[in-house]
Amino acid sequence: MADVGRHPNITLHTMSEVADIKGFVGNFNVRVLKKARYVDTSECTACGECAKVCPVVFPDEFNVGLSSRRAVYMPFPQAVPSAYAINMNECLGHGCSKCADACDKNCIHFHMSDEDFQVTVGTIIVATGLEPYDPREMDEYGYTRYENVLTSLEFERMVNAGGPTQGELICPKGRKKPKSVGFIQCVGSRSQQKGGEYCSNICCMNTIKSTLVLKEHYPDMDIKVFYIDIRAFGKGFEDLYNRSRKLGVQYVRGLPGSIEELDDGSVRVAVENTSIGRIEYHDLNMMVLALGMKPSSGTQHLQEIMGLQLTSDGFYLEAHPKLQPVDAATRGIFYAGCAEGPKDIKESVTQGSAAAVRAIRLMHRGVITTEPITSEIIAEHCVSCGKCATVCPYNAIVVDTKKKTPAVVNTAACSGCGTCAAECKFGAIVMNHYTDQQINSQTDSMLAENAADKILTFACNWCSYAGADYAGVSRLQYPANVRLIRTMCSGRVDEEFVWHAFEKGAPVVLVSGCHIGDCHYIDANHWTEKRIIKMHKKMEKMGIRAERLQLEWISAAEGIRFARVMTDMDTLRQNVTEAEIAETVKILQARKKKY
Amino acid sequence: MEISGMAAVAGAGVDKPRIGVYVCRCGLNIAQTVDCAKVAQDSAGLENVVVSKEITYACSEPGQMEILEDIKDNGLDRIVVASCSPRLHEPTFRQMMKKAGLNPFLMEMANLREQCSWVHMKEPDAATHKAEDLVKMAVARVGLLWPLTEEIVPLTKKTMVIGGGIAGIQAALDLADTGYEVILVEKSPSIGGVMAQLDKTFPTMDCSI
Repeated sequence: MADVGRHPNITLHTMSEVADIKGFVGNFNVRVLKKARYVDTSECTACGECAKVCPVVFPDEFNVGLSSRRAVYMPFPQAVPSAYAINMNECLGHGCSKCADACDKNCIHFHMSDEDFQVTVGTIIVATGLEPYDPREMDEYGYTRYENVLTSLEFERMVNAGGPTQGELICPKGRKKPKSVGFIQCVGSRSQQKGGEYCSNICCMNTIKSTLVLKEHYPDMDIKVFYIDIRAFGKGFEDLYNRSRKLGVQYVRGLPGSIEELDDGSVRVAVENTSIGRIEYHDLNMMVLALGMKPSSGTQHLQEIMGLQLTSDGFYLEAHPKLQPVDAATRGIFYAGCAEGPKDIKESVTQGSAAAVRAIRLMHRGVITTEPITSEIIAEHCVSCGKCATVCPYNAIVVDTKKKTPAVVNTAACSGCGTCAAECKFGAIVMNHYTDQQINSQTDSMLAENAADKILTFACNWCSYAGADYAGVSRLQYPANVRLIRTMCSGRVDEEFVWHAFEKGAPVVLVSGCHIGDCHYIDANHWTEKRIIKMHKKMEKMGIRAERLQLEWISAAEGIRFARVMTDMDTLRQNVTEAEIAETVKILQARKKKY
Repeated sequence: MEISGMAAVAGAGVDKPRIGVYVCRCGLNIAQTVDCAKVAQDSAGLENVVVSKEITYACSEPGQMEILEDIKDNGLDRIVVASCSPRLHEPTFRQMMKKAGLNPFLMEMANLREQCSWVHMKEPDAATHKAEDLVKMAVARVGLLWPLTEEIVPLTKKTMVIGGGIAGIQAALDLADTGYEVILVEKSPSIGGVMAQLDKTFPTMDCSI
């Protein structure tokens, strides 16, 4: 930690958050909001004179509320930067000023204001970490109702020599050293009802470690662990588990159904011991809840501004689970640590190093090749209506609608979603690598034979096509008459593609893309949605059953959903008769073409 | 990019494409469900297809060598690789195209593994039929593709690390020690994250800070 503070190549911004990210790989423009610390970190020597005189007392976050701190405080003794900070929401302000008076070096400045600045970077590593699960949701364990029920994090602080009790374990109620301590595993993990459905990875080993720490300090202590199964899969883990058992820690297979408090503050646990199939009651002085992990609270905000993908558990989704485990689907963005999924320290460190190398690999040449899949304007067809500029999520198109000069695409800013080409009513935009002809040629060959049997699906590269791949990797079976046409974004799916497909005899058409808010191209899929709604109305007017055109949002993690949607599409297809298809073909052949 | 693009839009002066089709068996991943030989055979009759054959592992070194030799011997200018997801191996085969002196964007993949053999395991006939369709679609498309070129732009040799926990710290130090500038953004007043709050850590039982 200290190395970070003094490294000449690292600029550290604490109390700061990323507000917005623009640009693309190689040159991301990041807007950072830095809250005022009210203490000059370059001058502060962490002498602590300010905190001694501060009259405001608040719970200490670092010790999870087990001790108190002042409004001017040092987060913890080894903090980096090694400087105090003032929480202005708690501070009495100018009227008090006792801290400023006590500071010899005059490093407290009440007039300091928040900073809002921009930086340009080539790559970004997202290491936003985790948040412990809030066990108050699991009322059966009585956390906050019973004082001697603690979380694993509270326990950590208590057994820490630098913690609020100097490493002495004390029951909050009764203030005595406990003779017996229990641990409940999987609190907020592996549950369909409360918390996450996933395994939080570290809690088994963390509890085993805690039992060893306790046995070292208090060899006679009675320790019980209530668990579903112990997952000691890492190097040296099984050995640790065996040591814990040999030291007399009792492992009871079964999670408690309820906890009640006894008169002396101890708790009585009712548990079905599934090893012997019997209900047991255990009285324990203290109970520790082994909390699971959740993604940190800012995850969703970052995901939205950066256009990243999340798994159904809320952690970031990597580009490939085995071959690109630290890459985001967006080039130039990498993941490290628990942001990507629950993991222990060793794995987090490994991933941090891996992410660093992936970033270096991208940057070391000093130049970057841009995406050649961009849109182009055919000037002679352009009527300067300005629609393309309106729909472009990257503001990459400029049109002067007054002077009626043709639109111009800034290819460096264009990310290639193709929404402009889909929205242009005059055929004035060519989307390279996904042109109208290229896509329609796929439709034509797919529907050349037995068109009525086939399910034409447009799938966006980042979510729905990846979701289909995920269904494959999971070996989920779905009807074999599904045919996918890949576009970079669902925003590329031109109305004409769908009319063309129906004209060629398609019984049903599915347009699929990333969920709203998850679009890889910021918000291009909003235009997909609007377009489909418009098309449904047109279909009704033309006398074509609107339900034959479907829109579904399928994420890269939703393999199961992909397979289900395909099965539903096949049911829908079976309701479309040959006569109905022939009628549609006739209607569409008679229609005036867009261009 | 601009010239080739516009030329193709206008449909002007393009020679008849010479397409090579490679139906990958992927060991048995594709071949145990899809009749790869049949797909290759039937695809040979498609318009502009000069070579069509099955191949054990298209992505492997010998597999790529075989395709490269065919390109040389038969003057192929467009390639269809019917194998796994382009999300996995598109970069591999684009690289192979470059090696052959062809534009990497004149290559198209048909996804016979993730979107065919693995999802229709109990219907080999339907899967083979689908595979033929997918190759047909790819052949039609590849004939209409035009060369694209990547532009080279300057890059900022700086990394932003968001989050100052153990993972962010490690990434920042590795980058900084290699000589890259790092901007580390942390929302709380100190770095350290959850790890700093822990006492001893498993499996070695040493102190966390």
